[in-house]
Amino acid sequence: MDIALIIEWLIKSVVLLLIGLTGFAYTTLYERRALARIQTRIGPNRAGPEGILQPVADGIKLIFKEELIPDQADKILFVLAPVITVLPALIIWAVIPWGDTVMILGREVSLVLADINVGILYLMAVASIAVYGIVIAGWSSNSKYPLLGGLRSTAQMISYELSLGLAFVVPILIAGAVNVADIDPMSLVDIVRAQRETWWFVFYQPLGFAILMIAGLAEVNRAPFDMPEAEQELVGGYHTEYSGMKFALFFMAEYIKMIAVSAIGATLFLGGYDGPFVGRFPWLGPLYLLIKIAILLFWMIWMRGTLPRFRYDRLMAFGWKILLPLAIVNVFLTAVVIVLL
Amino acid sequence: MQLPDLAKVHEIGRGLWTTFRSMFERPVTIQYPETKKPVKPRFKGRHALKRYENGLEKCIGCSLCAAACPADAIFVEPAENTDEERYSPGERYASTYEINMMRCIFCGFCADACPTEAIVLEDNYELSWSTRNEAIYPREKLLEPVPEGGKPTPQKVEPGAFTRSIPEMEDPV
Repeated sequence: MDIALIIEWLIKSVVLLLIGLTGFAYTTLYERRALARIQTRIGPNRAGPEGILQPVADGIKLIFKEELIPDQADKILFVLAPVITVLPALIIWAVIPWGDTVMILGREVSLVLADINVGILYLMAVASIAVYGIVIAGWSSNSKYPLLGGLRSTAQMISYELSLGLAFVVPILIAGAVNVADIDPMSLVDIVRAQRETWWFVFYQPLGFAILMIAGLAEVNRAPFDMPEAEQELVGGYHTEYSGMKFALFFMAEYIKMIAVSAIGATLFLGGYDGPFVGRFPWLGPLYLLIKIAILLFWMIWMRGTLPRFRYDRLMAFGWKILLPLAIVNVFLTAVVIVLL
Repeated sequence: MQLPDLAKVHEIGRGLWTTFRSMFERPVTIQYPETKKPVKPRFKGRHALKRYENGLEKCIGCSLCAAACPADAIFVEPAENTDEERYSPGERYASTYEINMMRCIFCGFCADACPTEAIVLEDNYELSWSTRNEAIYPREKLLEPVPEGGKPTPQKVEPGAFTRSIPEMEDPV
């Protein structure tokens, strides 16, 4: 392994982190503006032209806030929990391809950090770690509302992870079945390649895509599945006792995961970086992916602006009695159709 | 397996359509410091001390407003007018006129009590201050600007021209 490859990886991961963090900042602005439009308001437009400096102002405000640690809290876990929540949200980006290979300084650079052949398993594994951060935050606060929030979060994320996983199976099945050479159906890069050679998988599997997006909403604790943080019932849920930058980290994790779920949905079903002329101009790839992520993010914001929060038992009933069987039947039918064809 | 109720899915769709449509409506937001919503005709905002057309102050320092004030927010100290230095018609004028805006409840009793209609609750609602002292509005802040054609007070006037505190009204109600 030559040194240039290591430098290339380093640069790519730094760029990814920067994009993730800036993306988080501007997703908050995007959400606030879009929600405001849904409510026929204008939204933040004061800091900088059209409010583009608003995230900076928010960040500065949060940095200067006092960091409180409750007296009875488990100090180490209390400090560790936000970190455990943020890290998976960031490292999930490693396997998402955001473009084809491009030439930079005479080097052929593929626009993905790690093309591992079990990319989807990696996604699922990393996405599941995030729940630990929330549970630990709820428990270490040593306070009843955060604890309840943490418990709800565990139950919810575990329930919906099943449907999410089954929704992931569908693109694997299709990628394995389409007639493209050298496909490794668990690798995200190859799934995108399969979609470029044939059609986007959303045309084969609109139901799978719908299940992915609904379960994804629950996975990142977004409205109408924002049960763990239910402000009105749980005073903010697992992050009630957090303030300042630690609170910002939870916030950051939620938004980066939103972007990540959008990116995964775009990659698995909407062709990833695929788009017109992307073969000739590979730099269009990141742009197409960005547009697709923005559209899927709009879907999440739109759901939040429309639907009220589920009651907890109905949330569980929906997850186990409707979404999971639907996902199982979907996978089963897909498999049967692929075998028959 | 429990099949999703299609009627409910339809309702969710209707809800989504409603919010989507509302994105294209005109925002109801008023960009406050730049555009201001006009107040209602009977709005009671910050007080103003009125002047006559020639620039003389209407207030004669009678302290009836202070007496009427339920919050005890008004302090008036009168002084003698002379024809050399005339502030208002009649014998006296308010040399000190202070309203403590932190006490004022904007009931408008002072305006009702005023015999010369000198104090009026106007439409200014932008009352803010950063110290307690700034909350006490002195007469210089409350007096309205001199109308066009009038002269600022104190004025030097003909002796005997303004002997009545309440001038004869052209059209008494």
